[in-house]
This record gives sequence, C-alpha cells and structure tokens, in this order.
Amino acid sequence: MTRSLLSLLLAIGLGTALPALAQEEQSTAPYAYRQLDNPAEEERAQALMESLRCLQCQGQSIADSDAPIAGSMRSLVRERIAAGEDPEAIRSWLIERYGDYVSYAPRITSLTWPLFAVPLVLVLLAFALLRRRFGAKQDGGADA
Amino acid sequence: MSDLPAHKPRRWVIWLPLALFLGFIALVLIGLLRPADRNVASALVGKPMPAFDLPPALPGRPGLNSKVLTNGTPHLVNIFASWCVPCRVEAPQLAALAEAGVPIEGISVRDSTENLQAFLDENGDPYQRIGADDDGKVQLSLGSSGVPETYVIDGKGKIVYQHIGEIRPEHLGLLLDRLKEASR
Repeated sequence: MTRSLLSLLLAIGLGTALPALAQEEQSTAPYAYRQLDNPAEEERAQALMESLRCLQCQGQSIADSDAPIAGSMRSLVRERIAAGEDPEAIRSWLIERYGDYVSYAPRITSLTWPLFAVPLVLVLLAFALLRRRFGAKQDGGADA
Repeated sequence: MSDLPAHKPRRWVIWLPLALFLGFIALVLIGLLRPADRNVASALVGKPMPAFDLPPALPGRPGLNSKVLTNGTPHLVNIFASWCVPCRVEAPQLAALAEAGVPIEGISVRDSTENLQAFLDENGDPYQRIGADDDGKVQLSLGSSGVPETYVIDGKGKIVYQHIGEIRPEHLGLLLDRLKEASR
C-alpha cells in the first residue's frame, strides 16, 4: 500500500517536473524531415544541403545536422528547389545573409585567391628547380 | 656525392627551413591558444531589413510586419523563444529598455502559444508586437543564427546593429547608444 502510494507520488512529481525541461518545438517547416516527391529535385536539394553549414553545430552540414535551425534551412532549400530556383542562387541568398562561412564550397575572392595561387606558384617553382638540377645533369650525360 | 653542384649555398640559407618550420609552429600555437569566435554575424548589418509579415504569436495581440520598422523611430527587434535559457537571462534588461521607452518588437522562433504565454507570464512581456516564426524562415532571412539575438533598426528600416546572445546589464549602455545614433 505505502509502496504504491510512493510510486504514485513519484509519478506525479516526475509529471510536474517535465514541463520545466521544455524542449525546442519541432520546426513546422514542411520539408525539414521530408524529401521532395520529385527525385531529381530531391537530388539537387541533397547536393546543395551537403555543402551548406549548420549554423548551430558548425562542423556539420545541414543535411547531417539534427539542430532545429538546420531543419528550417533544409526546408528552405527544398521549397526553393521545388519552386524551380537554381541551387547556386539559393547558396548566394544564404551567403548574402551569413557570409561565406555558411557555404562549404570555397569561392575565389580578394581574400581567398592566395590559397589557390600559392600551390600553383610552388609547383612552378619546383618545376623550375628540378629542371635546373636535372637538366644540367642530362647535358653532362650527353657529353660523356 | 661528387656530382653535387660545386657552388655552396650561402650559410644563412641552411637555416631557412628551420625558420619556416618555427614560424609555422608559432602560427598553429596562436590558432590553438586564442579562443575562436563561433558567432556567425549577420551580413545584413548596414542593409535594409528584409520584408516580412508574421502572424500573431498570441491570440489578441498584433503580429509583426516589417513595415512598422519604417515609421520613423528606431526599434529593437528581439529574436527569442520560450525554450531558450539565455532569453530568460536577458528579460530584465529588455524590461528596462521597454521602460526607457524603446519600442521592442518580438520574433518568436519555433515556439508554441502555450509555452510562449507561460514564458511571458514568468519573465515579463516587453514586446509591442510578437510575430510567430514557426518554421524559422524569417530568422533565416534576417541572417540570424540563433536565439536570442537583438537587431537595432533605424527609423527607415535599416539594420544598424546586431547583438548576438543575451543582453546583459553591461550591454544596456551600448544598445541605448546605438539607438540614439539610429534616431539621428
């Protein structure tokens, strides 16, 4: 008897404690957890979502993340793709709002061009050095 | 070894790889030891507020249309939610701002009417209007990456400042300064 009373009290206690741990509401965005019906469109949306950063869990793409804001972003991407918008236009729309950080696809800008230029310069430099060294040796070999 | 080029490299050149390596180590150490800023700021600061029209978050209260932000007086737009703990922390500061006569408009993100009502009953209600952004689209269109965030909008609807995270007491002066600048 006392035991069942105790468990009843415990249950009531737990029941009233739960609302204090209120969780974020699931996004009402329609395509957060639903794929597009058209497979070609879904494929395009998926490719774009894999190259967009979740703003909350910043190491993940919005395709991988379960954060609610990522759900909102997925739905935004899918709805716009379904409306016939170009994936790169959607990416630009997001970059306009969040900066380059939101995109995993690097762009060449006034800030990032050295990242692309330096490897090319190093390869050319290596080529020039090797040619000087081995070119000279070959000449020597022809003489011998 | 005898077929190496005859000319010797200059003496300092042999130290060059070590110097480069140490420079690289220094760079890595700086990157490791300096705490990185993980906030994603909106790129829309200095640009006009995107147009939106949100339905009321509470019955009997007005929703939020971006047109009210162009009525000539500066506004604060506070992005918040009942499920967000820092939003509770900033509630007294928002109340103080509302008391100082600052019009505060709310955008409630991914929330429900019951939870929102309970949150306002508990923490006070400084808002003139509260728009319900249930799918988070307006939050995305403003370049906001989380809650709470507070935007200062000048009388013409231009975003002049974005405050990321909760407003603590020490931020009040800064926000009031920004509002004063915006009213000029």
